[in-house]
Order: sequence, then structure tokens, then C-alpha cells
Amino acid sequence: MTGVGFGAFVRRAHDAGRLVVQPRMGMSSPERMRAGLLATRNATATTVGTITLDSYTRVGDLESAELAVLEGVALNGYPIVSHDRATTLRVLDGIHGPGFPVQVRHGSAAPQHIFRALTAVGLDASEGGPVSYCLPYGRVPLRESVAHWAASCRLLATVGESGAEPHLETFGGCVLGQLCPPSLLVAVSLLEALFFRRHGIRSISVSYAQQTDPGQDAEAVAALRRLCARHLPDTEWHVVVYAYMGLYPETEEGAYRLLGKAAELAVASGSERLIVKTVAESRRIPTVAENVAALEYAAAVAGRTPRAPLEATGTQTYAEASALVDAVLELDDDLGTALLKAFAEGRLDVPYCLHPDNAGFSRSYIDADGRLRWADIGKMPLNGIADVRPAQAVTSAGLLESLSYVRRSYDRYDPEDTRSAEPARP
Amino acid sequence: MSPFPTSPAPGDQPVLVAGGISDSHTWNLVYLQLLLEEHGQRVVNLGPCVPEELLITEALAHRPALIVVSSVNGHGYHDGMRTITRLREHPELTAVPAVIGGKLGIAGPCGDDEVAALRAAGYDAVFDDSAEGVDAFLRMLATLPQRALV
Ligand code: B12
Repeated sequence: MTGVGFGAFVRRAHDAGRLVVQPRMGMSSPERMRAGLLATRNATATTVGTITLDSYTRVGDLESAELAVLEGVALNGYPIVSHDRATTLRVLDGIHGPGFPVQVRHGSAAPQHIFRALTAVGLDASEGGPVSYCLPYGRVPLRESVAHWAASCRLLATVGESGAEPHLETFGGCVLGQLCPPSLLVAVSLLEALFFRRHGIRSISVSYAQQTDPGQDAEAVAALRRLCARHLPDTEWHVVVYAYMGLYPETEEGAYRLLGKAAELAVASGSERLIVKTVAESRRIPTVAENVAALEYAAAVAGRTPRAPLEATGTQTYAEASALVDAVLELDDDLGTALLKAFAEGRLDVPYCLHPDNAGFSRSYIDADGRLRWADIGKMPLNGIADVRPAQAVTSAGLLESLSYVRRSYDRYDPEDTRSAEPARP
Repeated sequence: MSPFPTSPAPGDQPVLVAGGISDSHTWNLVYLQLLLEEHGQRVVNLGPCVPEELLITEALAHRPALIVVSSVNGHGYHDGMRTITRLREHPELTAVPAVIGGKLGIAGPCGDDEVAALRAAGYDAVFDDSAEGVDAFLRMLATLPQRALV
């Protein structure tokens, strides 16, 4: 807690009553990446910058990333390892600094090459986690991901020796983005934060991705804050809310309304930072202008939303999340080992996850009131805690209907909802 | 183990479902598996991020009735070209039916030139990211032999 870096910037903004908003922005061209960072900095909002990496760099296929750079093929993100160091320094020159920290977002189960590249250009903020960047992100075995992440945390922590305060954000509050009951998201997010802490990182953010019901989301963030307060002493931490990470509304109005709800959730729950989604989400990589519009809209909604956090304990989400966390922590003193045992035994079990190291017995459903609930807890220690309602066999149409529940609700114009009558743009 | 990767009923030729080489998205794969099963196919779901070599090995082992490549991360065109080129180079896989679909480019749907290039490289069909794309895919499926629905 040295007052420098990404975490300290967010804390100062929060103390001043402002929500930090951030894009998921990344393009392969250095000129466009620089223009995107500049536009983010200059947006009418309290912002931090993002360099989102491309899929080749994420999966460690550096040959393909290099080839794309050589041939000028546009990728779905910035290939930070394949552009040479001088190029990335030019992208950041005069932009990145104490008043505008930049975070590298990736999605790699073996991120050492990425951490080396980002520290080489003076960056020290990133995100991910041994579970959340493994199960939804490809074929790397969980055991290897845990080892890679332990090594990567230590690698990033060494930057701290020179007076900086490296920052890591958990992706555990998102996992597959959709249809995961919030208690499991809260538990994985907290456990990954604890993993970072135990491997030397002292400035941490815990994520939570907006789900299907605003009330349940508010409970989840409150539970997450409570668990952080309990499990993360001597740590600088904050909560980052992700605007919905599933099938996004296709209409402009729907996309903005959903983003607005995410901004309200962030501020009301006392969260410090929000990662936005744009009107292009349902179709393609957004433009810089679309990102700026989303940042400014979210900031405007945040500005008129009061903080009103819920009481943390005494909710279904808290009871389930703390039971899951305790059941993992008791497995082993080494948290990496405990996580591996937990997934092997099915104590943690992500619904609909195809990864071979996930047990795959759990199932979820969206209840009539919009809440995400368990249809099957598998072997998770939630007996007598979770309220389980066995569901019918899932069909392709049924799955698509659940996945598009949020999209449908927000794309449909609802005259009862006064907010929908507001102009979509600030 | 996950109930998804393979659906039982050995003996007949399965459909292989594979994510693009660099693509980690899986909801598309789960959806396609269910859809194929509902239309009488046995599915071997290879999961996300399927390298060319793995697809070739699995194709040689299963002798599939159809290979379905799904990519939504924006690298579908390039990954898909690499996959089909390698697959068709293998003397035993020149004729196995193979299709690709999803969100294939980073700037929205692929253009006509890219669709033509994917077909020229060896895909029997290219489907875009729309309800019509799925309908066209189902019409094509109807031309494949089905196992008895139980
Ligand atoms: C959930 C999600 C994720 C989750 C995925 C979890 C998981 N394991 O699946 C997480 C958060 C991990 C994730 C990560 C990333 N994502 Co993502 N993700 C989404 C999101 C929000 C929903 C996707 C989804 O669940 N779809 C549900 C399934 C059922 O639908 P579908 O995938 O659209 O497939 C349909 C059709 O495409 C079609 N289809 C698909 N394949 C095939 C094949 C055939 C033969 C046929 C006929 C039809 C067909 O049928 C399906 C049903 O209609 C979409 C945006 C959106 N759609 O709102 C972005 C999106 C797909 N992601 C995107 C990107 C770029 C990424 C990342 C690279 C990060 C980044 N740079 O932003 C990483 C992936 C890393 C990698 N190695 O590839 C982009 C792709 C951009 C593009 N194509 O131009 C999207 C569109 C968001 C955006 N606008 O930027 N993502």
C-alpha cells in the first residue's frame, strides 16, 4: 500500500466519490492501440486504460501472432509479445503514468511471456487467475495453470521491489460469463485473490460479472466485500464489476440499458471500478468511438447513482459462497493444492464447463423471478444450504433461451420501465 | 467427467465438433452438440482451441460423417483456413465432409471473397452467424445418414 500504481489510483478516485470506468479494448495495430488509449484517457469520465491481448498471444501461439504482425493481419487484440518493445513503448509514450494507469487483459493459463513483456515496458497491472483463466480458456490442464500462475505472480511481485505496486485482478467473478450462480462466482473470485496474495501480490481487485437479476447481483457484491474483509488483511483491494458477459442485447437501447444497470450495480454496491461493454458487443470487436461512448454513458449513470450497499451476511448468496470458500480452504494449507483437490472432488464445479478438470455434475437455471439458481449441486458442499430444483434435460433451444434471457429482456421495449424512456445516450 | 464430450452409441460414424485453433469459446460448442444430437447424430466434442494435428488424429480415429468447425473469436477465417488446408493435405481426409461457421471475422460477417476462399480451401459449406445460418446447417444435416432416435 504505497500510494502508487493501479490500485492506489482506483482507491483515490473512490475516496473522491468517483467510479473508475474502463474499456475492454485491444487492437493489433500500434497506431490504433495508441489512439484508443488516448481516447480513453480523454473521455469525460474517470478512466484507466486497457490493452486487451489477441487470442494467439493468449494461447501461446506466438508464431501466428508474429506472422500476423508481419503480414499486417488484424487480430482481436494487441499482440504485446510480438510487437517489439520499442513499438509498445511508443504506444504508451506520454499516456501511461500515475494519472492514467494501463492494465493488460489477456486470458492465458500460462502468462509468463505476457508478464515479462508487460513489465519490460513499465506496466504492472494485469488480471486473470489459475482457475478462471484455465477452465473457460482452452485445453491447459488445471494443474499446469496453477503452477504457471504461481510463477507468474512471483514474477510480477518482483516489480514491487523497485518501489512499484503491481496489481492483479481476479477473473473468477466471471468464469464462463453466463449461467453460473453468483455464489460460485464470488467464491472463485475470492479464492483467486487469496492465491495472488499468498504468492506475493499486495494490490488486488476482485471481479464480479453482472448476471440475470439486479437484487441477486447486489447480494453477491456485498458477500464478496465481506469475504474480502475477512480473508484479505494487509491487502489493498477493491471490487471491479463487469458489465454483462453473456449474449449481449442487439439493439442500441438494450445495450445501453444493460450497461446502465451495471453502472448502477457498481456504484450502489460500493464497488470502485466498472468494465463496460459497447453496442457492438453482440456482433464484433468495438471501435474506439463505441468504447468512448460506453465509458461516458456509464460514467453519467454512475454520477447520478447513490452508494447504498446491502448488509452482507444473511443472504442465500453469502451462505453458499462462504460455505464453498471454507470447504476449499480446509483441503490444504497450500491454496493451489486445495483448488486442485476441490475441482477433482467436485467441491467446486462450474456448470456447462467443458474442461476435463471440471467435474461437470452441476447445473443451473434461471428462476421465474430472474435469479440464477442450482438445478444440481453435484458434489458441492451446499446440501441444506442451496435450494435445489432439479431441471429437465437441456435442449439446444432451451440452452439458447437461457443464454439469451438477458438479451431478450433488454432488447424488448418495456413501457412499464421508466428508465427505458430515458435517452440512451448521455 | 463432464457429461458433454461424447454422447454414447458407438458403432456409427460420429460428427466431430471442434473450436477454432485459437478460440476458447465453448457455449457455441455445447449448443452445437445438443443441436446435432437432437437431429440424430452422435457427437464427439473436441472442445475449444483445437490444433490441426489433434483434429487430424481424431478424424483418423473416428472416421466422422462430418467435421464441424465453430469459431466466434474473430480469428475464424485465418484459423479455419489453416485447419482445412492441413486436413485436406492428409491423403485419407481429402473427402470427409467438413463445414465451418460462427462469427468468422473481427469486423462482422466474412465477405464473399473470404467465404469463397474458405470453400476453395476445402470446406463443403460456410455458415454465418445468424438464424438462417443455423437453418441452412440443419438442411445440410438432413442429407447425412442419421442413427435411429431412441
Ligand atoms: C461469453 C463470451 C465469452 C466468454 C466465453 C466463455 C466460454 N468458455 O465460452 C469469455 C468471457 C471467457 C470470453 C472470452 C473471449 N472473448 Co468472448 N464473448 C462472449 C459473448 C459475450 C457471448 C458468447 C456466447 O456465449 N454465445 C452463446 C453461443 C450459443 O452463441 P454464439 O457463440 O454466438 O454461437 C452462435 C452462432 O455464432 C452460431 N454458430 C457458432 N458456431 C457455429 C458453427 C456452425 C457450423 C453453425 C452453423 C453455426 C455456428 O450458432 C450459435 C447459436 O446461434 C460474446 C458476445 C455476444 N455474443 O454477446 C463475446 C465474443 C464472442 N468474444 C469475443 C472475443 C474477442 C473474446 C476474447 C478474444 C477476448 C477479447 N479480445 O475480447 C476472449 C477469447 C479468447 C480466445 N482464446 O479466443 C468477441 C468476438 C469478436 C468477433 N468475432 O469479432 C465477441 C463477439 C465480443 C465482442 N464483441 O468483442 N468471451
